[in-house]
Amino acid sequence: MSGPSPAAFSMAPPSRWEEFTEGMWRRNPVFVMVLGMCPTLAVTVSAINSISMGLATTFVLAASCFLVSALRRLIPKEVRIATYIVIIATFVTVVDYAVQAISLDLYEALGAYIQLIVANCLVLGRAEAHAARAAPIPATLNAIGMGLGFTLGLTMIGGVREILGAGAFFGIPLFGPGFQPWVVMVLPPGGFFVMAGWLLLFAVVRRRLAARDAGAVRSAPAANSGACHGA
Amino acid sequence: MNAPAKSPAPAAVQATSTFALLRTLSVVSAICGVIIVVSYLATLDRAKANRRLAAERAVFKVLPDASSVKEYLALPSGEIIPAGGGDPPPGALRFYSAYDAAGRFAGIAAEGAAKGYADLVRVMFGYSESCHCIVGIGVVSMRETPGIGDKILTDKDFLANFKALDVRLKDDLSALANDVKVVKHGVKTQPWQIDAISGATVTSRAVGKGINDAAQLLLPRLVPRLDQLREKS
Amino acid sequence: MAHESLGQILLNTILSGNFVLAMFLGMCPFLGVTHSVAVAFPLGVATSFVIVIASVSAYLLNWLLAMAHLEFLRLICYIVVIASAVQLVEMFVKKHYPALFRALGIYLPLITTNCAVLGVALFQTAREYDFAQSLTFAIGGGIGFTLALTLLASVRERVQLAEVPEVVQGTVLVLILAGVLSLAFMGFAGLGG
Repeated sequence: MSGPSPAAFSMAPPSRWEEFTEGMWRRNPVFVMVLGMCPTLAVTVSAINSISMGLATTFVLAASCFLVSALRRLIPKEVRIATYIVIIATFVTVVDYAVQAISLDLYEALGAYIQLIVANCLVLGRAEAHAARAAPIPATLNAIGMGLGFTLGLTMIGGVREILGAGAFFGIPLFGPGFQPWVVMVLPPGGFFVMAGWLLLFAVVRRRLAARDAGAVRSAPAANSGACHGA
Repeated sequence: MNAPAKSPAPAAVQATSTFALLRTLSVVSAICGVIIVVSYLATLDRAKANRRLAAERAVFKVLPDASSVKEYLALPSGEIIPAGGGDPPPGALRFYSAYDAAGRFAGIAAEGAAKGYADLVRVMFGYSESCHCIVGIGVVSMRETPGIGDKILTDKDFLANFKALDVRLKDDLSALANDVKVVKHGVKTQPWQIDAISGATVTSRAVGKGINDAAQLLLPRLVPRLDQLREKS
Repeated sequence: MAHESLGQILLNTILSGNFVLAMFLGMCPFLGVTHSVAVAFPLGVATSFVIVIASVSAYLLNWLLAMAHLEFLRLICYIVVIASAVQLVEMFVKKHYPALFRALGIYLPLITTNCAVLGVALFQTAREYDFAQSLTFAIGGGIGFTLALTLLASVRERVQLAEVPEVVQGTVLVLILAGVLSLAFMGFAGLGG
C-alpha cells in the first residue's frame, strides 16, 4: 500500500518525538497498517463511540507495552506470545470494569467489543514488534502515539458515518428535522464503504503527490517511482 | 544495509530452562492477578450503583407514580425474596416493586428481552394489578436500525399499545389467558395484541416477544403473592 | 434466559447475523486471505473448528468460574484456552496437510487473535445461551464465517480478471466488495423469525 517513507532509512534511533508521532499519520494503524479492523468497523457508528473505543484501546496498548517492555528481559522467547496475551487481557479486563463504572450507556454502546480489544492485532503486534525490544519509556510513548493514531482513524470513520447516517456529530444534530439520514452508513455495509472511501481519498492524494514529485525531477527517468504501471 | 531500530542484544542464546519459564509465568500471573483484583474491587461499587440507577430510571419511566423501588427475585417455587447483592439462584426472575411517595404499592416492573434485528432488545414493562395489564414500557437497551427499528422509542401509536396491554392470567393462574401477540399494523382487535410499527416489524415483534416471554414466566409466580409486596418493608 | 430456538440461532448466525458481514468479527483473515478460494475455504474450516472448541470450552469455563465466583478471570481464561486450541490445530495441520500449512502461513497462528473465535465465546456468555444454544451458535458462526470468506474469495478471483482503476486496487476494492456482500446479506433480516 504505502512505500517506505524516508524516515525508515535513517540510521539514527528514533527520537522520543518520532516514537510518539509514528502512529499518528505515517504508520496510522487504521489507514496505513490496516490493523484492528474488527472494532474499527463495528463500533464506529458515531464519533463519541469511536473516540471512546480509541481511548480504551490506547490505554490497553500503552499499559501493555509498558509492562511488556519492563519485563522484556524476563520473558523467554518460547512463551512470549502467551505472556503478552495474558498481559493484554489483564488490561482489557481493567478497561472493561472502568467503563462500567464510568458510564453504563457507553458500556452498552461498545458492548462486547471492549473485551475484543484483546484480539486486536494492533496491540499484540506492537507488543511483539516494538515493546519487547525497547525500553519502557520509548515503548510507551510509541504505544500512546499508535493508540492516538488509532483513535484518530476511528473518529474519522465514525464522524463520517454519524454525519451521513444520523445527521449528527458527537450527538449534536447538524441538519434540520427534514434531513433524511443515509441509514446504511450506520449499518455494517456503511462501515466497509466509509473505510473504503477514506482509503480511496488517501490513495488519490498519494498519487497526486507522487506525480507532482516525479514531475519535479525532470531529468531522471521515472523507472523507480511507484507510479510506473503499464501505459 | 541499514540496521533496524537498535535493540538491546540478548545476553545469551541458550535454550531457556524450565525454571525460567515457570518463573516468568508465575511473576507475570502474579502481577496480572493483582492488577485485575485491584481494579475489580475499585470499580465494583460504582458499577453496581450505575446499574441500580439505570434500573430505577427505567422503573420510574414505566410506572410514573413510583418514587421508590425495591428489587426482588421470584424463585421457581413461587417464593418471593428480596434481591441481595450476590448472584440470583438459577431460575430466579428479577423484578422491581414500586411505591409512590406515600409508600403505597404502585405496581411492579420487570424486564423482557428478545432478539430483534441486530441484537437483543431489552424492554422494561410496568404492570398494574388493578387492570391486570401492562401500563407502560421503556427500552432498556437495543441496537436496532436507526430510523427504522429505533422507532419503538418514539412512535406514539406503538407506545399507545402499552397503555393497557391485557396480561390477565387464566383462572388457574398458571399462565397468561391470552399470549401477547404482535400483529400487522392496523389489524389489532384485542387488548392483548400489539400493533407493529409498519416497516419495523422485526423490532416490534422483538418487543412483543420479550414482554410475552417474561410475563408468561413472572406473572403466574407473582400475582398470587402481590399482598406480600404491598407492605413497603 | 435466552428464548431463541436452535433453528433460529443457526439461521441467524449464518445469514442475518453473519459474524463477518454483520458483526465485523474475523476481519483480518477476511481482508487478508481471501485472494483465492483454495486458501480461504480451508482457513474458514480450520477457524470453524477452533470456534466450536472455543465455544464448548468457554461454556465449561464460565460454569466453573461462576461456581468459584471468579468471573473476573473470564477473559484471560478464554483467551488462554483459545491460544492452546489454535496451537493444537496448528500441529495437526502441519502434520497431516503440510502444503496447506505452508499456504496458510502466518494466518494459522493468527486465528488466536481472530475476533470471531473470542467473539463467539463472549457473545454466547453475554446472551446467556445454554449448552445446546452455544454449540449451535458456534457451528452456525463457523459456517457463516467460512461462507463469507469463500464468497468474497470467489468474487475477488473473478475481479482479478476485470479492469479495475489502479487507485481502487488493493484494500479499497476488497472493502467495497465486502460492503456490497454485507448489503446483500442484510436482505436475510428477519428470516429466522
